[in-house]
Amino acid sequence: MQKATLFIWGIVLLFGLVGCQTVPKDYTLFHDYQPRSVLVLPPLNESVDESATYGYLSTVSQPLGEMGYYVYPVAVIDQFLKENGMPTPGEMHQVPLDKISEIIGADAVLYIVIREYGNKYQILSSKAVVSVSARLVDVKSGVEIWSQDTRLESASNNGGGGLAGMLVGALVDQVLNSTLDAPHNLSRLVNTTLISTPNQGLLYGPNHPEFSEGTEK
Amino acid sequence: MKARIALLTVVVSLLSGCVVPTQYYWGQYENQVYLMYKAPDKATAEIQVIVLESDIEVARSEDKPLAPGFYAHLGFLYFQLGQLDDARRSFEIEKSTFPESSVLMDRFIEKL
Repeated sequence: MQKATLFIWGIVLLFGLVGCQTVPKDYTLFHDYQPRSVLVLPPLNESVDESATYGYLSTVSQPLGEMGYYVYPVAVIDQFLKENGMPTPGEMHQVPLDKISEIIGADAVLYIVIREYGNKYQILSSKAVVSVSARLVDVKSGVEIWSQDTRLESASNNGGGGLAGMLVGALVDQVLNSTLDAPHNLSRLVNTTLISTPNQGLLYGPNHPEFSEGTEK
Repeated sequence: MKARIALLTVVVSLLSGCVVPTQYYWGQYENQVYLMYKAPDKATAEIQVIVLESDIEVARSEDKPLAPGFYAHLGFLYFQLGQLDDARRSFEIEKSTFPESSVLMDRFIEKL
C-alpha cells in the first residue's frame, strides 16, 4: 500500500512541478497573425532512426485538427512536393513562403525538427525517446508566431521476479517495442503535449467550439 | 500485489480522465498514412480506399464529421487508381467542408 501512496504523491508532485515550470507564453504575435489553416511539412530528421520523419508525420494531424485548425493532408502534400522536385524534408523546408501561399494557400507552416527518436536499449530494459522542436510561421509575413520544444521518454517497468524475471521482462519489452513501434506511439503523446498544453501549445483555432472571435485581430 | 492493483487503478483512471471526445472522426486515416511509409504493401491505394470508405460509413453512423484532410487524401488515392470522377467528388467534398483547402483542391481538380 505504501508504494501506491508514494506513487500518488509522485503524480501530485509531478503536476505541481509542471505547474510551476510553465510561464505562459506571449501570444501577441499569435493573435496578430491568427491562422486558420496549417501546412505540416515532413519533419527534418536529426536522429539516427531513418523511420523518424514518417513515423512522426503520421501523428500530427489529429491534435492539430482537434485544436481547430485546417490541416492539409500530410501524405498528399509529401507526394505532391516530391513530384515537384523536392525529394527530402530538407528541400521541402526550403520552399519559399510565397510559393506556399500561391500553390497551397496555407496561412501558416509548421516546421518540425526531430532531435531524438528511437528506443534506448539498456541491458535490462528499453525505453522510447522522442524529442522535437517546432516552429509555426505565418506565410504572408514570414513572422514566427509560436515555437516550442518537447521531449518525452516512455517508462518501462521491469520490477519483480529477481534477475531471471528481469531478463525475461527486458526481452519481452524489447520485442513489444519493435512490434508496436514504441517511438511512433510515443510521438502521439509528444504531439499532443506540444500542441495542446495550455499556455504553451497553440491557441484554439477558428474551427474549435471554444475559439473566441474577440481574440482574433 | 494490492499495491500494484491500486497503482494500476490510479494509472487507468488518470488515463481515462485524459480522453477528450474528438470533434472529428479520424478512423484509420493517420494509421494509413503511417503504413504507407512503414509497410507500403499493407497500404496500397486499393487497400486504403477500402479502409477509408468503411471509415466514411462509421462516421455517418456516429454522425461525426470526417477529419480535415481525410477526403483530400481519399481523392488522391482515387486519382492514383484512375477513378477520376471519384477523385473529383472527394476533392469537392474537402473543399466545401473546409473552404481553407480551396486553393489546393482547385489545383488538384484542374489537373484531373
